[in-house]
Order: sequence, then structure tokens, then C-alpha cells
Amino acid sequence: MSALLSVRDLRVTFPSRQGVFEAVRGVSFDLGRERLGVVGESGSGKSMTGRAILGLVRPPGRVTAQALTLGGQDILNLPERERRKIRGRRIAMVMQDPKFSLNPVMRVGDQIVEAYRLHSGAGRAAARLKALEMLEAVRIRDPERVYQSYPHEVSGGMGQRIMIAMMLAAGPEILIADEPTSALDVSVRAEVLRIMDDLVRDRGMGLIFISHDLNLVAQFCDRVLIMYAGRIVETLAARDLHAARHPYTQGLLNSLPRLDAPVERLPVLERAEEWREGPLVDASMTEALPGGLR
Amino acid sequence: MSDVSLRDWLLTDAPQTRRQARLGAFYQGWLVFRSNHLALLGLVILVLLVGTAIFAPWIAPQSPFAQDLADRLQPPSAEHWLGTDALGRDILSRLIWGSRITLFIVGTVALISPLIGLLIGTVAGFAGGWVDQVLMRITDIFLAFPKLILALAFVAALGPSVTNAVLALALTGWPPYARLARAETLTIRNADFIAAARMQGASAPRLLILHIWPLCLSSLIVRVALDMAGIILSAAGLGFLGLGAQPPAPEWGAMISDGRTYILDHWWVAAMPGIAIFLVSLAFNFLGDGLRDVLDPKGAGE
Amino acid sequence: MSAPILSVADLRVWFGHPPDRVDAVRGVDLGVQRGESFGLVGESGSGKSTVLRAIAGLAPDWSGRVAVAGETLSGARRSPAFHRRVQMVFQDPYASLHPRHTVDRVLAETLTLQGMDDIDRRIVRLLDDVGLGRGFRFRYPHQLSGGQRQRVAIARALAGEPELLLLDEPTSALDVSVQAEILNLLTDLRADRGLTYLMVSHDLAVIGHLCQRLAVMQAGEIVDRLEVADLRAGRAQNAYTRHLIAASQYQRA
Repeated sequence: MSALLSVRDLRVTFPSRQGVFEAVRGVSFDLGRERLGVVGESGSGKSMTGRAILGLVRPPGRVTAQALTLGGQDILNLPERERRKIRGRRIAMVMQDPKFSLNPVMRVGDQIVEAYRLHSGAGRAAARLKALEMLEAVRIRDPERVYQSYPHEVSGGMGQRIMIAMMLAAGPEILIADEPTSALDVSVRAEVLRIMDDLVRDRGMGLIFISHDLNLVAQFCDRVLIMYAGRIVETLAARDLHAARHPYTQGLLNSLPRLDAPVERLPVLERAEEWREGPLVDASMTEALPGGLR
Repeated sequence: MSDVSLRDWLLTDAPQTRRQARLGAFYQGWLVFRSNHLALLGLVILVLLVGTAIFAPWIAPQSPFAQDLADRLQPPSAEHWLGTDALGRDILSRLIWGSRITLFIVGTVALISPLIGLLIGTVAGFAGGWVDQVLMRITDIFLAFPKLILALAFVAALGPSVTNAVLALALTGWPPYARLARAETLTIRNADFIAAARMQGASAPRLLILHIWPLCLSSLIVRVALDMAGIILSAAGLGFLGLGAQPPAPEWGAMISDGRTYILDHWWVAAMPGIAIFLVSLAFNFLGDGLRDVLDPKGAGE
Repeated sequence: MSAPILSVADLRVWFGHPPDRVDAVRGVDLGVQRGESFGLVGESGSGKSTVLRAIAGLAPDWSGRVAVAGETLSGARRSPAFHRRVQMVFQDPYASLHPRHTVDRVLAETLTLQGMDDIDRRIVRLLDDVGLGRGFRFRYPHQLSGGQRQRVAIARALAGEPELLLLDEPTSALDVSVQAEILNLLTDLRADRGLTYLMVSHDLAVIGHLCQRLAVMQAGEIVDRLEVADLRAGRAQNAYTRHLIAASQYQRA
């Protein structure tokens, strides 16, 4: 079985006054046709990992890796033009807040059409049909009306669905979702997740779901990588999350207040220096069969 | 204290005293500024300019007013490094003395305009409502006139002199600063830290002066430094039209004006003050760029 | 029960003027007893934060009757007594500290405004109380992490020794491990100082952890009130409340 995306020893560094700052320090994983969660706190390097895969790390940031391959093809050392072709057509990204991802002065439909035509080269009429079809696919009840509306006229949840529609129109193999539901209310969140889940499953895509929310990821993904200080400290099947062995993962889980288990004081995560360098709980993560956990 | 530990002391993330915190912040700013080489160059030119103005009597080889009609319109030579003008006066000496006038103009305008702008802009933005309406309409009226024309009218009414030219430039220069300060204030006004200070019972003047001004000031300083070149050029323009410094004062703009009759045969008469104006304007622009790196709140901090 | 420290009757808050007027809060009644911790839950746009801001005097247009410790409030002006009695902690620790003021300056100014004496000693004590220590005294906000900033914001709120703290999603911008630290701090401070909390959050688990009673808001109105014990035991009756509970628990399907 071959991986859709293979990452080996990915590093992202930024020069700073105190020397070189490593945001991502040697991340390796394979992505199959699965839903892979990447969890960590702010500053853990989880978002930077996603950006590095897409080639969106801006100078002076530097991305290095032993290997970064998409379907066996190296994408790390591609010229920017080629890289741009891959972005959107083969790997798409959904960001946290649709407000900042949609052009405020363009109709929603036209934006989907434009994105789709850019990647597929389809005609205007065909692209329009595709846009409406995609809006329907993300369960928008009145696609014609939404097609004609401007971003400020739609709610946050609707905006995120539109973003998903736009990203999936080109039929990418991999979707990277960076905190796609953090800006949404809990009741809308579930719906957006379900839509994303169905689409990814139906199309046999690979999904990288970046989030700070352990429980959400546990519920939604097949496999979870836990990142701390730029490294993956633990890899496990999502259904085993609550049996996590790394003290960091355990600490994160314990520090959440729970309705069903009231406590007077919450256990506080005591960060240990050795987590930065110490052994990883699951060293076999690179050999783990991608997509085999459902 | 060795050099290394002084640097560490300044750059620490955990300053122990008020003074260390302030010096540390200052030093961080300096480090950012220093990394911009053009800004550093601008700073050097301006320091030289200030030095020249202060020590003019000792530096200038000759009196800026001493005429020598036998020596008129001499090209640059060992005796007159930058040549002489139509009345045989040494151009270098005139430029050196003229730096005082230039600095006076720039300094005064740079003090008055932004202050008026800051006051009007922040009050308008902070108060809102009809106060904002009235103040901003007044600003619009000033903005509607071309700046130089308005300055010309002022000088024509007050009589031509350097002081009046400065006054005219200062009084016509504030509206853009007021707009800028108002825009900044509008974004700060509803910030949580203002709300928090309000919750502690801070009065409106206190919020304005202690909380809003410091944040507006940095972008104003940047803007002023970048506008400096324009101010020098406007002042030179007024001088060129005979509405600024009066002969025989060695004002750079007036010197260009004097030289334009001979520009084809004796290019240096107009070119030398022109180069001086160009250099100083450029220096202020570089400085402004560097200051923006340091002071722009969006770039500051992390 | 004794007289409530905070009573709100028929509170209505709106923004703008007709025809663009938006009614953010549409007739809310609340009573918070001295010493208790009361939660206000709702999704974005439910008006829960607006209730806090109206009480704090940060929303100019409101009607209804709001009284704090017997003092009836009006308009957006608040008396010095109110400022001493009621303080607020904001959601975003990155926006609630002046970027050019050191911790020292923030606290010193607050103490001066509150008419406190012996400012030096009080600053040190406040920093100790919120678990920062004096090493943080002369730092600028950009030298602090999100959790540390929120501690400074809490220290600022405590400077005038208030009785009632309005907490506007104080942990929603923080990582979960830092959230736990701040929630613990709030628990301890309430026990030590006998504070009363009115806390707004979208997170039922956080409210459940810190509060004894809560009200659920939707579209500017309170749709449900219940004890946290009932919430825990799954005895919520209201459909919307049950929906929120279900949505926040992520039961794996």
C-alpha cells in the first residue's frame, strides 16, 4: 500500500535574534486515505507543519526535509510555479476563519467558479454547474441564492461550508484543515464536521485535521499525532486516545473540565524538559499502515 | 560589566527594574533600527547636518555674506570647493550656514503640525458624535485646498519671512496627521484595554493622554519623518518663489532660485543647494523607513 | 436568602438606530447571590457578553433595572463605588493589556485610580496572588504568554479589591492546559476572597466546573435556568440546553 503523502524529518526554522528558532523539529508521518488528526497546543508547530506541506511558509522561514512526497513525487524542491499547481488541485487547505479566506467584494459563487476554472481549465458554464453542485454537496439548501450572495451575507458555518465546497471542487487528493471549526459555535460545528467527513470518505481523500481540541479529534479522526514543541511525541489510533501513554497527552486530557466527572481543582500539566527531546512513545509511527485503521 | 552581559541585561525577558525595562525596550528598538542599513545612513547624514548647523561658524571657510564680484560664478576649485554664486559668495559657506535655516524650518514644522493633528484627530476619534463631525469637517476644508497654495496665501497675508513660511507650512500641514490620528484612535477606542481602564474609573482625558496618545504617537512620528522631505521641499519652494527667507539669508531654496538664471553656463550655482536638499530629504525618508520598522505597532513586539 | 449582590430585571440592550437597530439582549432577568458563581451560557450572538458589558457600563444603549449591592445603575456612567465593587476580566488577553505599558505600570495606574495607598507593596502582593511572582513586574505584554497575560488581567481586576467579578470567556483564548491553570486560580481566589462571579462562556464544561447555577441564553433571551447538579445529572429539560450538552460532549458515534 502506498501513502498519498509521505513526510520524513520535516523541519521548519526561522532565524531570530537569539539564534535559529525551530518551529518544527523533525516530523515524519505517512498519510493514506484516512483522517489524520494533528493535535497540539499553540506553538507546538502543528499549523506550521500544514503550511510547510503546502509550501506556504514565507521567508525568512526555511523548510527542509529528507523527503516530502505526494504520490511518490517529490514536492519539496519544486519550483514555485509547479508548487502552485499542486496547491488547490492536489492538496487543498481550509483555514480557521472563512471571513479571512473569502474575498469580501466577490460573489461566493464566482469565487468557487474562479477557483475551479483555475485548476481544471473548465468553461464558464461547466464551472457554474460544478459550483452549484458543490454547494449542494455541502448541504446548502438553496445553492442558487448562496451562489449570488456576498461573504458578509452568510453566517460563519455557512462560510466554512462554502470554503469546503471551493476547496473540494477541484477534486484534490488531500485536504488540510487547520482548525476548521474553532471559529464556529458548537451546534454548527457538528454539521460542518459531518459534511467534511462524508465528502472526504466518499471521495477517498486523505485528510489532515489540525486542531487543539483532543476530544474533537478523537471523535472525528482515525489516527492522531500529538505534537509538542515541534515534534510528534505520540501517535495512536483515535479510539485509543484515552489510553494515551505519553504524559503530555495524558496531561492534556486530564486538564479538561468534564461535566460527568466534577473535580474541585483541575490537574495541571507539569511540563517536563525531557518531552522536548525524550523518546517518542510510538516509534513505529512511520511504519504504521496508512489508512488501515477504521 | 562586560559587553556581553550588558547586552543580556538589556535583552532579558524578565527585567528587574523599571529602568531596565525601559532601556531594554529602547535597545530592542535600536537593534531593529540598526538592521536597516539605509536608515542608519539617513541617521548619519542627519547627525552630520545637525553638527554642521551647530558648528557653522567654525566649519564655514568664509562668511556666507561676503561678496567678491571679481570672483563671481567661479566653478568648484581648491579655494571655493563648491564654487561661487553671482555675487561671488562662497557656496559651501552659504550651504553650511543655510543648514541652520533648514533645520529651523523642519524642526518647527515637525513640532507644530503633528501636535495639532494629534490633538484634533484623537479628540475627534475618541469623542465621536458631533465633536467628531465638526472637527473632521474643518479638517476636510483644510484638506480641500492644495497645501502649497494655502501656504502661499498665508505668507502673502502675513508678509514673506522664514518665520511666516514655517507658520504657514505648519498650519497647512496638520490635516493629514489629524486623519491618521483619528483612524488610529478609532481602532484603539474600543480595545479591551481601554474598556479595562474605563472600568477602573479612568477619566476621558486620562484615557486620551496616557493610553491613546502613546499609541498614536509612534505612527505619527514615522509619518512626520517620511513627510520631512516634503516639508523641506515646500520650504524651498516658498524660498524659490521669494516668499520664504529674504536675501541675503542663505536659504537653500532661495539659492536655487538665484542660480536658475545661470543654470546652463554655471550649473553649480543651482545644483549644489539642490544636491543638499536632495540628500537631506533622502536621509529623512530613510530614517522614516527605519523608524517604521521600530515603531509600527503591527511590527513591534513579537 | 440574603439580598442578591447583582439583580437584573428586564434588561434590553440594542446597537444602532432604527432601521438598523439590532436588539442584542431582549428582556433578561438575573439575580446573583453574594458569594456564588453564576454562569451564562450561549453561542455567539446570543447576547451573553452584551449582558456583562451593559452591567459594566460598556454598552451605552440599554433599558431595564440593574442594581449592584443596592446601587441602581443608569446609562453608561458608573460611580467610583461601582468601579471598586465590580471588575471585569476580558476574553482576549492579547487585547486587554496596553501594548506599551509594563505590568508594573498597569497595576500601579489601577491602584492609583482605585485610591489605594502603599502601591509598591500591593503590586508585589497582587502578583504573588495570581501566581506570577515579582519577576514579572517589569515585563511588557509581549514578554508574556497568553496565560501570564490573563493572570495580569486578573491581578488588575483584583487591585481595587472588588466583590463581584464579571468574567467574559476568560479562558476561551487559551490552551487547555493553561485554561486549567486559570480556572484553578479563579477557584482559589474566590475561596480566599469570598468573591462573587458572573461568568460568560460558550463552554458548558467550563461553566459546569466553576459555577453552581447557570442560565442558557439564545437570541438575546434566557431560555433555561438550572443548577449545575442538574446539568451534570442530565436532568436538563429544555430542548436547546440538551442540544448544547449533546454538542459539547463529542460522543463518538
